[in-house]
Amino acid sequence: MAAGVATWLPFARAAAVGWLPLAQQPLPPAPGVKASRGDEVLVVNVSGRRFETWKNTLDRYPDTLLGSSEKEFFYDADSGEYFFDRDPDMFRHVLNFYRTGRLHCPRQECIQAFDEELAFYGLVPELVGDCCLEEYRDRKKENAERLAEDEEAEQAGEGPALPAGSSLRQRLWRAFENPHTSTAALVFYYVTGFFIAVSVIANVVETIPCRGPARRPPREQPCGDRFPMAFFCMDTACVLIFTGEYLLRLFAAPSRCRFLRSVMSLIDVVAILPYYIGLFVPKNDDVSGAFVTLRVFRVFRIFKFSRHSQGLRILGYTLKSCASELGFLLFSLTMAIIIFATVMFYAEKGTSKTNFTSIPAAFWYTIVTMTTLGYGDMVPSTIAGKIFGSICSLSGVLVIALPVPVIVSNFSRIYHQNQRADKRRAQQKVRLARIRLAKSGTTNAFLQYKQNGGLEDSGSGEGQALCVRNRSAFEQQHHHLLHCLEKTTCHEFTDELTFSEALGAVSLGGRTSRSTSVSSQPMGPGNLLSSCCPRRAKRRAIRLANSTASVSPGSMQELDTLAGLRRTPAPQSRSSLNAKPHDSLDLNCDSRDFVAAIISIPTPPANTPDESQPSSPGGSGNRASSTLRNSSLGTPCLLPETVKISSL
Amino acid sequence: MNLDGLEMVAVLVVLALFVKVLEQFGLFEPVSLEDSVEDEFELSTVCHRPEGLEQLQEQTKFTRKELQVLYRGFKNECPSGIVNEENFKQIYSQFFPQGDSSTYATFLFNAFDTNHDGSVSFEDFVAGLSVILRGTIDDRLNWAFNLYDLNKDGCITKEEMLDIMKSIYDMMGKYTYPALREEAPREHVETFFQKMDRNKDGVVTIEEFIESCQKDENIMRSMQLFDNVI
Repeated sequence: MAAGVATWLPFARAAAVGWLPLAQQPLPPAPGVKASRGDEVLVVNVSGRRFETWKNTLDRYPDTLLGSSEKEFFYDADSGEYFFDRDPDMFRHVLNFYRTGRLHCPRQECIQAFDEELAFYGLVPELVGDCCLEEYRDRKKENAERLAEDEEAEQAGEGPALPAGSSLRQRLWRAFENPHTSTAALVFYYVTGFFIAVSVIANVVETIPCRGPARRPPREQPCGDRFPMAFFCMDTACVLIFTGEYLLRLFAAPSRCRFLRSVMSLIDVVAILPYYIGLFVPKNDDVSGAFVTLRVFRVFRIFKFSRHSQGLRILGYTLKSCASELGFLLFSLTMAIIIFATVMFYAEKGTSKTNFTSIPAAFWYTIVTMTTLGYGDMVPSTIAGKIFGSICSLSGVLVIALPVPVIVSNFSRIYHQNQRADKRRAQQKVRLARIRLAKSGTTNAFLQYKQNGGLEDSGSGEGQALCVRNRSAFEQQHHHLLHCLEKTTCHEFTDELTFSEALGAVSLGGRTSRSTSVSSQPMGPGNLLSSCCPRRAKRRAIRLANSTASVSPGSMQELDTLAGLRRTPAPQSRSSLNAKPHDSLDLNCDSRDFVAAIISIPTPPANTPDESQPSSPGGSGNRASSTLRNSSLGTPCLLPETVKISSL
Repeated sequence: MNLDGLEMVAVLVVLALFVKVLEQFGLFEPVSLEDSVEDEFELSTVCHRPEGLEQLQEQTKFTRKELQVLYRGFKNECPSGIVNEENFKQIYSQFFPQGDSSTYATFLFNAFDTNHDGSVSFEDFVAGLSVILRGTIDDRLNWAFNLYDLNKDGCITKEEMLDIMKSIYDMMGKYTYPALREEAPREHVETFFQKMDRNKDGVVTIEEFIESCQKDENIMRSMQLFDNVI
């Protein structure tokens, strides 16, 4: 109900006095009226800008934030006002809705910001008033299209993440759809493009008249007839390539039915079918006419270029999207042609030896005139004919000029959208790099802080290095959180460099690099982790160092990308290297199950890495897979690491 | 020069187009039979201001605050200060979505529009409300009688009452239980006249009306409805 309706309700109720005397039954008693307070003024403070309004105004819409008791959550008793930390400019429109019953849409604000404000205040977008509804919907649709494009572009653009275990089919399909993913696909792409061009050029060239070499009356023949074999071979080669490509695509397509129905596959079929039909059709005169027609269809190979050219695709989309305008153009042209052809025919009927022999014959004249071509093969000779002819040409200009701007604007819109998508894809790499940088920034801050020994809480004074910079409260709490995570998982955060060089140290069997990294962390973490993991970690490091695990450098890439748990054994001193393996762990991580869960995830190939790992010296190793023998010492923290390595 | 038929047609067509073009450029004003519609526009910039608050307070039985609330609502809905019949009907129809309340709204409008100038100003509005909501029972009955008496001649005839009755039943709409019958209004009118028309002369005068209503318990009891509408 509109805002004003509430105002008029007392009047409507009063008007019921007209029914009173007529009522044959007693009217029901009026509803109990609550103690009606006088209308009071509420103050709504939105980011410092104070809005004041009657309480009744807000009560008009009880299912919104301001109209219901939800606003009490925002009531500030000290100042006696309702405080919202939102955009005051947008709030103006929201409040006006309560006042006038119409929700207007601000022109200069982002439509999404407006939507968010509406959502916050509990207003549904359908409440936007009629005056602004069109524009609101248009802008929203435009926005949604643009965002959808973004997502599509992202999904289409992200090539590299090849799901492990994709079949040949999937890989092939991806290679076909995104030629930039692998060099083979790119080569294939260019080869097919080349052959399309060759085929089209051959089609064109074979009709050019070549001078016959040594014939007495130098006869001109089309090249196709002079060198039939050569052209036939070229044709065959092209068709073979096209056929192969088509069959491969058919094989690789995730949905064959859909692929068969798609436009590109139809074009492919039309491009290669004439050749095969021509092979099997005998060359006699009866069907040679049809044969000639078939050769015309070879020209459709040029449409195969649309896979290679985005511009062609855009043109196709444009024509498709302007279908209604094109239809209108066609219809109006047809009407005009018929009218003018009829008139011209009757106007020129009297003339002898006239070209306008029938109305359909006059169609040609009308079309040529309306499109302002004016070949001049048919001209009116009577005065009436000339008058009507001139009217025809004038109207032709108008009729054709009308739908053309619409088509042009559609084309321009689609073209710009595509350009935007390309630009966005280029910017995305930059964006991702920036995000990664930001992420690593925070991690580095944490690590730096740890290195500077600021982490300990049972600190031994010297750990409080002078270079510990002052941390804000936020950073403190954040670091504390990360620290808790570390304690929980018995792993520590480290940076890529340390990690990869640790890995490299493992494969090279060199302990030195690791110990350097170890020694650089003198006090802090060691203190804390001494009871937890370090000895175990060290143990395992030794194990692995001794092993001849074939940790390929390539694997490090994979490992780097695997986020999350990293191990950093950080023992305090060399002496702990000789610690016994069976020290009891008072880990807080109840991790046997945890471990089991981790183990079950990847499926190690269980080949060389396993065999080369030495068996544990009698730990509690009762695991099935040998890869876990090392960790059967009971250091569950190490497992993810171990498992990762073995999955190479 | 002798023109063939078709040539004549061609020449005529050309002339017609020429005239049209000239018209477009405004150089050639054809004789128009009636004023073009574009010249009309309503002078809708009427703005009516009510009398002062004190005067209204004297004239009606509302308190100052109540008048303020009423006026704010009124002004919000009708910024120009007056309600015309169309608006009135539209406002009233919002309360009765299922049926057709336009006829009854017209009657109401006529009842509110005491000076019969085709518009209800705030004073009219408040005056009517004051009678209904703050008046005595006799005042209210008087007002109701005024509503029923369509031609304001002091008595209600059966035709008038039938009109009123039909308009009230129209407000019910189509979907009622039990289903509305054609003769329901007429029957109701008969009942009404039986009750109200003392001297059985076919019309109900104001005295008969008030007298009969005062004797009717139901009506008296229902009058309490209006005591706390505002």
